[in-house]
This record gives sequence, C-alpha cells and structure tokens, in this order.
Amino acid sequence: MAILISSETKILIQGITGDFGGRHAKLSLDYGTQVVAGVTPGKGGQFFDHAGKKVPIFNSVADAKKATGATVSAIFVPPPFAADAILECVDAGLDLAVAITEGIPIKDMVRVKRAMQGKSTRLIGPNCPGLVTPGTGEGSNGGCRIGIAPGYIHKKGHVGVVSRSGTLTYEAVFQLTTLGIGQSTSVGIGGDPVNGTSHLDIVKMFNDDPDTHGIIMIGEIGGTAEVEAARWLKANCKKPVAGFIAGATAPAGRRMGHAGAIIGGAEDTAESKIAVFKECGIEVAITPSDMADALIRAAKARGVTLS
Amino acid sequence: MNIHEYQAKALFEKFGVPVPKGAAATSLESFKTTLATLPEGATMVKSQIHAGGRGKGTFTNGFKGGVKFCKTKAEAEETAGKMLGNTLVTAQTGPAGRKVQTIYFTVASTIKKEYYLAILLDRATSKPVIVASTEGGVEIEKVAHDTPEKLFKIVIDPAFGLAEYQIRELIFKLGFDATESKNAAKLIRNLYKFYWETDSSMVEINPLITTPEGEVLALDAKVSFDDNALFRHPEIVALRDLNEEDSKEIEASKYSLSYIALDGSIACLVNGAGLAMSTMDIIKHFGGEPANFLDVGGGASKDQVVAAFKIIVGDPNVKGILVNIFGGIMDCNVIATGIVEAVKEVGLKLPLVVRLEGNNVAAGKATLAKSGLTIVSGDSMADAAKKIVKLVSA
Repeated sequence: MAILISSETKILIQGITGDFGGRHAKLSLDYGTQVVAGVTPGKGGQFFDHAGKKVPIFNSVADAKKATGATVSAIFVPPPFAADAILECVDAGLDLAVAITEGIPIKDMVRVKRAMQGKSTRLIGPNCPGLVTPGTGEGSNGGCRIGIAPGYIHKKGHVGVVSRSGTLTYEAVFQLTTLGIGQSTSVGIGGDPVNGTSHLDIVKMFNDDPDTHGIIMIGEIGGTAEVEAARWLKANCKKPVAGFIAGATAPAGRRMGHAGAIIGGAEDTAESKIAVFKECGIEVAITPSDMADALIRAAKARGVTLS
Repeated sequence: MNIHEYQAKALFEKFGVPVPKGAAATSLESFKTTLATLPEGATMVKSQIHAGGRGKGTFTNGFKGGVKFCKTKAEAEETAGKMLGNTLVTAQTGPAGRKVQTIYFTVASTIKKEYYLAILLDRATSKPVIVASTEGGVEIEKVAHDTPEKLFKIVIDPAFGLAEYQIRELIFKLGFDATESKNAAKLIRNLYKFYWETDSSMVEINPLITTPEGEVLALDAKVSFDDNALFRHPEIVALRDLNEEDSKEIEASKYSLSYIALDGSIACLVNGAGLAMSTMDIIKHFGGEPANFLDVGGGASKDQVVAAFKIIVGDPNVKGILVNIFGGIMDCNVIATGIVEAVKEVGLKLPLVVRLEGNNVAAGKATLAKSGLTIVSGDSMADAAKKIVKLVSA
C-alpha cells in the first residue's frame, strides 16, 4: 500500500516530446514506472522510444486514456498552456493530474481550481517535483515515479513525506534512506499560492494508509496551510509526525523563490508555524539536517516502529 | 512586479477608476510645464519610489516628508526641488533609502472621509477577495487587529466575477450616501475589472476618499502584478523601473537565478527554493548571518555558478560562501567540475564550503579535492554550515 499511486499505476505524460518532459519520461521508464502513453497535440500516432520501449503518443488525453487505460498524467507543458493541459485531464476523467510546470499565472490556477470543483480528478502541484511510491528493486526500482524527483534515493517502507519544496523533499527522503528507513510515498505539493492538493489533504491520506507508520511534513513561510494540517493532526492522528518549516530568516514582503513563499501577515512566519507545530505535538526538526532524526524521536515517544 | 503610484493611477483612469488630476515630472526644468497642466491652488507633491511610508519618511539631506501638501503651485515647485534627486528613507526602504527620480503633482482634494479598499488573492479559498474598511489612511494591519468589525471581506467566485449584490453589500457596510454610493459602485466594479484583466497580484487604495461634492476617488494607489503572467502583458512590462530594483537581482535574473540580497556576511548558493531558504536558516542557527537567498534552480550549470559567484563577490559584506547542492538527477561530478571552473574563472579568494549530495557524489567530492583549490567539503547541511560559520568568524 501507499497513497495515490502504486507500482501498478499507469501514467501518461503531457509534453513527452519536449526536452524536459522527454528527459523525465526516460528516467521514469528506467525506474520501472508504467509510462503507457504520451500526449502531444499534432504528434498522435508517433512513438517515444527509450531503451527498447515504444511509448505511443496521442493527440489528446482522452484518446490516450481510452487506448491505454492510463489514470494519471504528469504535465510538463510550458506555463502559458499548462492550465489548459490540467483542464484536459479533468475533462477526460483521470484520477490524478500532476502539474510539474513552474510559472503558471496565478489567475489561470484560480480559474482551474474553480473549474475542478465537484470533479473527480485530483490535482497535485503546480510547480512541484511530483510524487514517488518506491519499489522493491535495487535503488527502489520498480516503483512509481511521477515528475522529476530522483527515484534512487528512495527505499520502500513506511514513512510518508509531504512538502512544498522539491529539494527539501529529497533531503528528507535521503536522510531516511541513509538511516535505513523506507518511505510509503513522498509527495511534493508545490510552491505556488494556489495549488490542487494541500498539506492537509495529504496527511489525511497518510493517516488512513495502514502502510504509513509515520509522517514528515515540511513547510515554508507564506499562507497558513501547514497550520491547518497541524491542527487536524492534533485532533485526528495517532501516528508520529515530524515537521520542519523553511524561511525563519526570510524578510517580510520578499518572495523567496516560490511564488507562495512570501510573508504577508503575522501568521505567515516560520516562527508562528513552528509554534503551532509544537502545540500540536509535532516533533520539530531544529535544522533541515534533523528531519529524519526528529521523526525517529517522535516514533520512540509513541512506541512506533518506522522500518 | 511593482509600479509607481503615478503609473498605477494612469492605468486606473483607463479602467474608469477616478483619481485626482495629476502629472509626473522627472527633471527640475520640467516642473513648470508639468504644473501648468494642473489648475491653480492647493497641490500635493509626491515622491515616487516603490516603498510605503513615504509621508513619514526623511530625506538624507534632512528634508522631512516624501509627500507634502502645498497651498500653491509655486510652493509645490519649490518643495519638489527639495525631493527630486535626493534619497528618501522610509520604514520600508531600509537605511539605504531610495533615490527619488520622479515627482508626481496632484490636485489636493478636499477630504470628507477616508476609507480602505484592496483586492488580492485569498489563499484559503483560492479566490479573489475584496477587503474594505471605513478606517482609511491608517495601517490596515492595525485596523484588522484592533477593530476587526470595521474590516469587510467579499470573496469573489472567479467563474462569475464580482456580482452587483456583492458591490451593494459592501457599499451598505461602508455607509456611503446616495450620490457617493453610485460613484463607489462604479469605482469598485472597475477596480475589480482592472485587477482581473491585468493579472494583478494586489491592488490597494489607502485612502479611498469621498469629497464634499460626493465624488469617490483613489487618493493613493499601490499595485503589484503576478510575475508569472507578465508574458501576456507587454504594456505592463514597459512600466518596469529598473532604478527601483537591486542591480545584483537584475543581473541574477539574466541567468535564471533567483537572488535576494540580505545584510549578513555568509553568501549561499543552493539549488531549489526550499533548500535555499533552509540553508539561510541553518547558517543563522549556527551563529552566522546569511548574505543572500540564491536559488540556481534544478540545473546548476557552470555558467550559472560563475554568474552566481560574480554576484556574490560583488557584495562587499560577504566574507565566505556556502554552496549547498542536492544533485538528485544532475551528476554531482558535473556540478563539482562547474564549481572548480567557476572558482578559477572568478579568482575567488573567500573561504568556500561545498556540500554536495546525490547522484555520483563520490566522484564529485574527488574532483573538488583534486582541484588544488582550498575548498572545504561539508558532509551534511549542518556540518557545512558549522564549517563556514567557523571560517568566517576566524
């Protein structure tokens, strides 16, 4: 078990013929992920070749789904067209759309989010690294890798990782794997102010997943999503949780790389989020090097085995 | 992206948001001709910089106030002469202040009452929200804290836009009289149109005023735009004022580096925004002060690292550099080779600690060790941060 995706999941890639999408399609195929289709309008009927595998390309998401049974899309299309690509997934009734694209206008995402209301498709991202459910092979091969995360740093196991930031997710996963602790699923939800899936959505799934024994939740300055998730965890979750918030030294009013990482009000600061984490029984990592150790401390305190 | 008040008001006028009549000037010689376009009488003189708190600011030449009321145009001309070309320090500019390169003259309005009006993104609902208050001309954070009952919020459904009943609701709450209500409704309707059509990330009018004649006017205008949407607004990009931006940040953006200057002595170069922020945090945690935020993105190519080093060493406060790269997909050896070449090309003399992790990391560390350069290797983020703090304080 894991959340959202498993080694059985069939994925399609929108923008597979682009440089970025193509490169990561190859890495996902190498990882053993079932990349069953590509979508590039106008290139339907062609194939994406890699290491003896021929992935068929379709003109539309609906065509790709119909022909291959793909249920998830990884979106690599450029920012001006990305909102449209997400809506195409919604219309085709995919289970999950993962938008890797960075730099989508906020207004486009406001409209997309409204259009997705009441629909069955879940969106992860945009501006995110995607998600990985590790496999049982060497370097966690045979798992499902959607997006741009390095697959090999993972190890199959029982810790759920959720973060807005890509490299901080890798940092946490790497620390866990180095200590011999595997992951159920690692999810990067993205650094934009309007995104499809929140920290809260993901921690609820981790809480419901019997295969996930502990959670690392990584946040940033800006917005109050981590606070909302922390309060929910306090009321509903018995599993050990470690947390980290980046941006304690960030000045107010400056956007720290991510469009969403900006201190607007008093509740947006790292300090106030860390205070809520502590109040909610989340073991706070003192530095980013301490994330895996913090979870180990939390697990010991609750008598939970992580590996 | 931010723009000046005078630019924002010109856009407001285009969208039918009424503002007091005004005109901008950029040289002493043009003050007279600029003022000639305004009627005789009381005139406001407003320094144009991208920072708030102008009215309470002080110029480095000792002149007080970046926004002044003048009884006559002659007095306005004299006052403007004391502002133009001088550096204005406000609560938001930092001690260095900003040089005033444009003066905006406006007709001084007679104020009946001041209000607050803003439109921005409500992150909790992912929808636009109008925030308004009967308490204008003061800090809105203070109103929100002290008298939250005087702050009104209207969340707008992006599928339908701002509805007329919502405008009416807001107007009743703000307590306008009949003539004012008609004018306020038009202003709010048009301001939302402006916000939506220009991809604004925030529009703030503080104060919005009523006059004894029943007019409703935007006395100030603070507007910022979504950087991600600028590609479809060339007319807005044309309003960018590079004088208002840090030259190092402009240089960084040419190489797709996300850079923000800070006040400390330890520079950092990191891939990924979250990791970059937490690298700053860990420097502080071990007793140092970060000199910048710098995200080189996913790639960290040699050209980017060279450009980044050049920007970093251009800051005289920098006493040491911490490079923190998690090369998940990228080959760490390629990154290490890039760092070595960059150090040689820039002729870097400052202490440098490099923490590399990820794909092919052993070869990358070997490349750094073999380079003959004094590059200190850090094993983890914590180890690297401790090392650079020690080197800088030594």
